[in-house]
Amino acid sequence: MGKLYSAIFSAGVAFVLACLMIGVKLNTDGTTLKVTGATSDQWMWIIGGIALVFFSQLFADQIDAAFSKIPKPKVGHLIPEGDKLAQLKPWLMAGLFVCMVIWPFMVSRGSVDLATLALIYIMLGLGLNIVVGLAGLLDLGYVAFYAVGAYTYALLSQYFDMSFWICLPISAGMAALFGFILGFPVLRLRGDYLAIVTLGFGEIIRILLNNWTAVTGGPNGISGIAKPALFGLEFTRRSKDGSPLFHEFFGIDYSSSYKVIFLYLIAVVLVAFVIFVINRLMRMPIGRAWEALREDEIACRSLGLNRTAIKLSAFTIGASTAGFAGSFFAARQGFISPESFTFIESAIILAIVVLGGMGSQVGVILAAIVMTILPELAREFSEYRMLLFGLTMVLMMRWRPQGLVPMKRPVLELK
Amino acid sequence: MSQLLLDVNGLTMQFGGLVAVNKVNLTVKNRQIVSVIGPNGAGKTTAFNCLSGFYIPTAGSVMFKGNEIAGMKDFQISRQGLVRTFQHVRLFSNMTVIENMLVAQHRHLNTGLLAGLFKTPSYRRLEQEAMERAIFWLKEVGLLDSANRESGNLSYGQQRRLEIARCMVTQPELLMLDEPAAGLNPNETKELDELIIKLRDEHEISILLIEHDMGLVMGISDHIYVIAQGAPLADGNADDIKNNPDVIKAYLGES
Repeated sequence: MGKLYSAIFSAGVAFVLACLMIGVKLNTDGTTLKVTGATSDQWMWIIGGIALVFFSQLFADQIDAAFSKIPKPKVGHLIPEGDKLAQLKPWLMAGLFVCMVIWPFMVSRGSVDLATLALIYIMLGLGLNIVVGLAGLLDLGYVAFYAVGAYTYALLSQYFDMSFWICLPISAGMAALFGFILGFPVLRLRGDYLAIVTLGFGEIIRILLNNWTAVTGGPNGISGIAKPALFGLEFTRRSKDGSPLFHEFFGIDYSSSYKVIFLYLIAVVLVAFVIFVINRLMRMPIGRAWEALREDEIACRSLGLNRTAIKLSAFTIGASTAGFAGSFFAARQGFISPESFTFIESAIILAIVVLGGMGSQVGVILAAIVMTILPELAREFSEYRMLLFGLTMVLMMRWRPQGLVPMKRPVLELK
Repeated sequence: MSQLLLDVNGLTMQFGGLVAVNKVNLTVKNRQIVSVIGPNGAGKTTAFNCLSGFYIPTAGSVMFKGNEIAGMKDFQISRQGLVRTFQHVRLFSNMTVIENMLVAQHRHLNTGLLAGLFKTPSYRRLEQEAMERAIFWLKEVGLLDSANRESGNLSYGQQRRLEIARCMVTQPELLMLDEPAAGLNPNETKELDELIIKLRDEHEISILLIEHDMGLVMGISDHIYVIAQGAPLADGNADDIKNNPDVIKAYLGES
């Protein structure tokens, strides 16, 4: 009886949601809005979907039982054990790095461009992972630091003509400074309260960028941001001010894909750097302190750990990673506007961390790749992007709440 | 007269209209085991929280090694050498035993960002020293064999001992134990008894103890304070307390 009730209820919810989202459409007709209903074809789909929900709820137990009968593939023997794995690891990493470097020369320009975008999200995900996954501080305004990094480079490049390579550390530093300034007063808050304050901070930065027209160009953004150069060699077709060009220097024909590949390679190096730093951090006293603070704040205080300083360090390091990603993003796009730094961006980065598995680096990297590539593959469904996004979240929380690749702590062992 | 390690005068803690701790005086000398006893709800743990900086006392002074510490932040107090355990064990239960020991030594380590990234010699040396201290104390409490186990998987008695070891590794001068024998079986209580005496005699630290196990308290305490309903009721050595009619009344009620 309970099953039937729950099935009817779920079907009802599905019906209401489907009616609102698919059944009714708003179309602009000149200056007025016209409400149009769905076609009969779409109604068939909706009814089919509702029936699916109804029956899957009604027979949930049987379905679960059927699934549990399917033997799980055993992959344990494929992965070498303990010591052997530790020995292989540097080789695996080196091999992977080499593949990452060779790969762009064999594929299309579009895929390289997409990979670069994925790498930016990997950087952002890894940075937020420090704050949310390791230190356990929920930050909903992470995109603010991304924006600070991007605008730092864009403005320095526009007003002072500074090169990307000088601006990269400056951007990271600026983002870290903003993280520090924000963190100092708010890190005594916990959980939800911290989330709300950071959410507000993210909005403040975006609105500031939008309205400070004199400096940031407001909603028009900043365009014509200089691309990074390789030891002073630029990747444009013609030199503006007589600076040496890449293709002339090497005596090859100009191709715009060199620039794309170069950007991709910079992103690979940046990501490798971020991964290295975070890997070290996790094994350093500060990394242990983050985890300890997440587990039991009171015990930490009683042992003489300064919780404000420790939380602040997580916040600042996370922010500086976003600054890195931001300045690279500005360099890649060549154009930035406050539009790129809306709340939804923060939400996507957070989703990457949660889907990947809080604290897990491999998980976050996988999730970042999935989250960037899936929307590209499913372009036809772009209208339903948010719907699919929500669905993925629900399914993940139902079957794998710990994330794609749950965190495995780098356990320190006594020999 | 030996110098007072801890000298508490007129300690008062008020929550709104409720006076949880009322003008409590307390002294601890070097290498002394001092116990605080009293019926449930007497304000013992509240007094502990005031001493360790988790609460800021409403009134009164707390002198530790001649310095006023009332009003200091909790982490500052523990850095002065006054460290506490908790009534309910508070370990970092997802971390291994040895990691628990290292977190406790956070401030003795080189926490510089670059030093850690490049593993400078000073970073390695301090990490090594911390490891040795951790091993030493794990040996003292008999947990060296479990060093790589997750601390949440230890037995309750082991968790209690780990908590003490974790405090000791911060190199305190005064260790405050909040009901360390709660939940232990008689055997484990006896081991704890020996451990506390060893801490005083061999490692020359003082211990302030809250405990309900009268056998433990009477056996090891150099001095006992009794608190009832927030106010001091009596103090003296074990024999004085056992024979004090007020104390008997407070515990057993009027006959």
